[in-house]
Amino acid sequence: MNVYDGLTAGDSGDAHWAFGTGFTEPLAGIDRDVPSGVDRADLTAYALMLGDDALVASQLLAAWTSRAPELEEDVALANIALDLLGQARLLLTRAGEVEGRGRDEDALAHLRAEHEFRNVHLAEIDCGPSRMGPSAPGRDFAATTARLLVFSSWKLALFARLRDSADPVLAAVAAKAVKELTYHRDHAARWTVRLGDGTDESHRRMRAGIERVWPFVDELFTAHPVETRLAAAGVAVDPAELRSEVDGVLDEVFAAAGLERPAPVPVATVAGRAGRDGVHTEAMGFLLAEMQHLHRSLPGAVW
Amino acid sequence: MSASWPLWEVFVRGKRGLNHVHVGSLHAPDAEMAVRNARDVYTRRNEGVSVWVVPAEAITASSPDEKDPFFAPSGDKVYRHPTFYAISEDVPHL
Repeated sequence: MNVYDGLTAGDSGDAHWAFGTGFTEPLAGIDRDVPSGVDRADLTAYALMLGDDALVASQLLAAWTSRAPELEEDVALANIALDLLGQARLLLTRAGEVEGRGRDEDALAHLRAEHEFRNVHLAEIDCGPSRMGPSAPGRDFAATTARLLVFSSWKLALFARLRDSADPVLAAVAAKAVKELTYHRDHAARWTVRLGDGTDESHRRMRAGIERVWPFVDELFTAHPVETRLAAAGVAVDPAELRSEVDGVLDEVFAAAGLERPAPVPVATVAGRAGRDGVHTEAMGFLLAEMQHLHRSLPGAVW
Repeated sequence: MSASWPLWEVFVRGKRGLNHVHVGSLHAPDAEMAVRNARDVYTRRNEGVSVWVVPAEAITASSPDEKDPFFAPSGDKVYRHPTFYAISEDVPHL
């Protein structure tokens, strides 16, 4: 045993690279069979729900690239968007393989119509940046921060439980996502406190941002029948179970930011149906047009 | 806003690195956010296991005008290099 061995422990023969080696494949060695007794249609729908949440949130965050208050924040939001895109790819791939109709992640992301998307409304609403003209309260960086705070707090509580899913692929995706979502929530919480506890103007905008997203919070904790059935089978998480934990996190951040939790707003539904049923807000059509037009115009286009 | 955000110098230690290496600079309103911005800007490609940030104004640098008196005298002092010793093969990073 050489006393210097510790310095080179873990080297994998690529020591000539100063940085950036040792990348890991998140789902290497994971059993991809559908667990026995699990309904394939339900599991497909559930993977689409979680995948669409991440995909749509990623698409809107990416719109901030070059529009954030600082270059450093441009990169931070792009990193978060890419984390979410990575989660979306794994989840949509899972949905496609369980469905068994030969649809891959690209087909599911780019060739489905609006009513086939299963994301929650919070992911899709317009929180800025405005496409033209100056940013307005509720459509600005503070509103995007408010959305990210609520979205990542909810998603983190959900994925922390999903690590114990009976579906090994969902469990592995959740294990990877928890580390990412922890950083997303931390990033959003710090900005919420900075803006809420900053100047009069930043406080006003942060409050407007929270009021912007608040009508879409109740939906996050409303279980779709697919979620209820799969939760009973040990595959999914019943979102109603997450409410008190998420409320606790948000209350802590709001207190530090000098903000108050708004009064609850009932879920806005169409005949009891919302995002998980494929019923979306007016922002969704614009979002999909922008996201899908390249693949639909030039099928199979690659870099 | 950027006009009022001070500049920070960023140092990252890689997985195998024995010391923190200067990788660049960034703007941030305070040290806490500087560390986070450094994570986001400079460790995106799995580069680091540790990050330092230092206010750029805290760095005192040698002057380019003094380059010759500072550094040229060491150019011909071969006896200062440990090239006359046998080095054990078991000792890395020398």
